[in-house]
Amino acid sequence: MRMDNKIDPKELEDFPDEERPLEYQTETGSLNIFGFWMFLGAEIVLFSALFGTYFVLIFRTDSSVLPTELFDMGLVLAMTFTLLTSSFTSGLAINEMRLGNARRMMIWIGITLVLGLGFLGMEIYEFVEFASEGATLATSAFWSAFFLLLGTHGVHVAMGVAWFIIILIQIKMRGLNPVTANKTFIASLYWHFLDVIWIFIFTGVYLLRLVIA
Amino acid sequence: MDPAWDEFIITGEPFILAGQIAILVTTIGIIFILTYFKKWKWLWNEWITTPDHRKIGIMYIIASLLMMIRAGVDAMMMRTQLAAPNMPFLGEAQHYNEIFTTHGTIMIIFVATPFLIGLMNVAVPLQIGARDVAFPFVNNLSFWTFFWGAMLFNISFVIGGAPDAGWSAYMPLASNDLSMGPGQNFYLLGLQISGIGTLATGINLVTTIIKMRAKGMTLMRMPMFTWTTLITSLIIIGSFPILTVALAMQTFDRLWDAAFFTLQDGGMPMMWVNLFWLWGHPEVYIVILPAFGIFSEIITTFARKRLFGYTSMVFAIAAISGLSFLVWVHHFFTMGAGPMVNSFFSISTMAIAVPTGVKIFNWLATLHRGRIRFNVPMVWALGFIPNFTIGGVTGVMLAMAAADYQYHNTYFLVSHFHYVLIAGTIFGCFAGTIYWWPKMFGVKLNERLGHWVFWLFMIGFNVTFFPQYFLGLDGMPRRIYTYFPEDGWFSLNFLSTVGAYMMGFAFVLLVYNMYYSYRYEKRETSGDAWGGRTLEWATSSAIPPHYNFAQIPEVKDQDAFWQMKQEGVDPNGVEEYQDVHMPNHSGNPFVMCVFMFIGGFGLVFHWWTIGIIGALGIFACMIQRSFSRDDGHIVSAEEVRKEEAEIREGQANENG
Ligand code: HEM
Ligand SMILES: [Cu+2]
Repeated sequence: MRMDNKIDPKELEDFPDEERPLEYQTETGSLNIFGFWMFLGAEIVLFSALFGTYFVLIFRTDSSVLPTELFDMGLVLAMTFTLLTSSFTSGLAINEMRLGNARRMMIWIGITLVLGLGFLGMEIYEFVEFASEGATLATSAFWSAFFLLLGTHGVHVAMGVAWFIIILIQIKMRGLNPVTANKTFIASLYWHFLDVIWIFIFTGVYLLRLVIA
Repeated sequence: MDPAWDEFIITGEPFILAGQIAILVTTIGIIFILTYFKKWKWLWNEWITTPDHRKIGIMYIIASLLMMIRAGVDAMMMRTQLAAPNMPFLGEAQHYNEIFTTHGTIMIIFVATPFLIGLMNVAVPLQIGARDVAFPFVNNLSFWTFFWGAMLFNISFVIGGAPDAGWSAYMPLASNDLSMGPGQNFYLLGLQISGIGTLATGINLVTTIIKMRAKGMTLMRMPMFTWTTLITSLIIIGSFPILTVALAMQTFDRLWDAAFFTLQDGGMPMMWVNLFWLWGHPEVYIVILPAFGIFSEIITTFARKRLFGYTSMVFAIAAISGLSFLVWVHHFFTMGAGPMVNSFFSISTMAIAVPTGVKIFNWLATLHRGRIRFNVPMVWALGFIPNFTIGGVTGVMLAMAAADYQYHNTYFLVSHFHYVLIAGTIFGCFAGTIYWWPKMFGVKLNERLGHWVFWLFMIGFNVTFFPQYFLGLDGMPRRIYTYFPEDGWFSLNFLSTVGAYMMGFAFVLLVYNMYYSYRYEKRETSGDAWGGRTLEWATSSAIPPHYNFAQIPEVKDQDAFWQMKQEGVDPNGVEEYQDVHMPNHSGNPFVMCVFMFIGGFGLVFHWWTIGIIGALGIFACMIQRSFSRDDGHIVSAEEVRKEEAEIREGQANENG
């Protein structure tokens, strides 16, 4: 496999359709992308149910510690910035993929990964901090909803990181071909989606607390 | 909660002991037969690992039938217990609670839903002229999540204790305080595991239908069963994630002391009720729309007429699917939402009757002046129309919020949903199975026995459930385990039990017919067993070759195959054979789902290590899958040509 710049020409011979981007060139590939959009539809429903629960329980803190006492907006801003940037870098990776630059693409994926891990680190730090102040899953209905919503998002991010790692190894092993390109494209769709969800969390969970008690 | 070993396996209950012995004997029997006839390899290679939509469909149907037996035995026990006042049969209320809970849950989640998914698997790829579904690997995975989820749910009654909070599992009844022991955990994890598979099936079928239709099959030329499958799959995508979330929340409440539904920590029990029915009502449409599709296919075939009002049918299903997300509160009018809310949901519920009525009239109009043949599938379809209508009319009665205060949670409600679920969904499953049986096994089910089954089942059904409307109006609540002679409910209850035994007998006869027909009925020679109109009947042999069509047919009409027959076009008259691309077998999904089962089992008993082992196993399988290079395989044009030639030769010999 030539890793330095272009797509392995041997692999390309099997996929002579030059018109379409690499990730759409096999039939399975384009089915995968369509199916993944359907999956994202289901994910939207999933997160809607979680947000719905969160908003219903938003004042139900019982007698426990209040979110206004714990939320650290500086940290949240850093998390937001990290995740948004990672979404951008994963977009750059796809751009390099379209241009056929496997090496640069892998670098951008690597940067995305580092940012994703950074986000996760901050989130874990935040959760540990909250727990030490007495806010856990079992504290009150509000905190249950908070941890379920953010935890689900966080687990998704962790899965995304693992997924990108697996894909990186595959590109390293097999080069950039319609199969690996397809996987990278889908993983990046997923990553952007998590970013969108985070924007809702940022506004609906954190910013909202600045204006309501 | 760490149950001692002597509490782990349930002991001291005669019925459960009988169940345990039956399970043991069956398991040993199956292992013995498979070993004796050296069938293990065959089972693994031909079935367990198969990506073939038809075989996966057959496995779904067989598993659903087995589940129907389990839940049917539950039903018989309940009806026996209620046959007379103060019956000592089941002993105590607890036992009865467990039985109605498992009966309801299994019938909805492990019978109705997978049965229909099985029929979709068998018919839909053929109807749209595809070689398989979009994601065959995922299809196999879906089946095994359903299977192992069902197993996890089912072992509860011998290990640890069955759930007892009803199929709707309302909080706080289903909380640790009121449902002690692991029973409810089995419910939560069993449904969670199988729910993943149902969602995956929804995605799979939408992709298949949108992306893989034969040339010329526009959306408005799709067979009605394909249409209902498409819409049902969209409802699945829109509703199952809600169930996922609700189940997760209750699991967290029970396993890790979260407070979603716990009042004293600020939680809201009503959250559960809302989320459950936000999924639950769409779910009842998930199990009825495909049945509507099946009846549309059968009625057109046996009335030998084009479906009346095709376009309005499509709009009706679309309208029903939209409305199905806007009516969930009708399940708890009595829980104090207030007059405005109740009025809104009352009206939206009644609105559903409009598109449903449109469909009924379309079927009647299709029958009008048709040249009707009374084959068994058609008889079921004809039985469906009036019986289902009774269920629909009583549904509209229930939809009147003010009146529902009288009907709610009485036997009137019980009768309503059995009239829609049995006369709709179950009639549909039976009719579809009988209709597509020759596609699956190359032989028709015996018609004489078939008519007997229909009449016994249909009459038994009405004898069972019609009296229940009156019991309900007379004030008999649902979910009670006994009543007093003074209540005056004895005679109707007794009648109801007699009907239930009739239905049970009819079901046994149906299963016997499957065996009988396999042994003695004449084999089908052509692919067109009933004089069909849609593409699944256009295959070259009775059981389609594994690639379905040597050459994908070109569709020119809504009744594609009918039109070909009219114009004398042979869909299998292929001039030049082409290579065919087919998916590979894989054992990965089976193993992955075994790990889901193991992990789920661990969580049920709070055995975290086992839970983690399960999770690691699942991840290992996913990684294995990601790294495996699976592009399917090519069946060469030459092989296809040979296989088709053999099929033709066989047919020539048969026809002498
Ligand atoms: C004309 C169409 C229908 C209307 C207006 C309707 C209306 C209703 C209403 C208002 C209830 C709640 C009654 C109560 O709890 O007091 C109900 C319950 C129920 N319906 Fe329907 N329904 C219709 C069709 C269906 C169909 C097609 C199915 C399934 C195939 C179905 C399955 C059920 C079930 C399972 C329940 C009870 C669930 C439980 O409490 O356990 N219904 N229906
Ligand atoms: Cu409903």
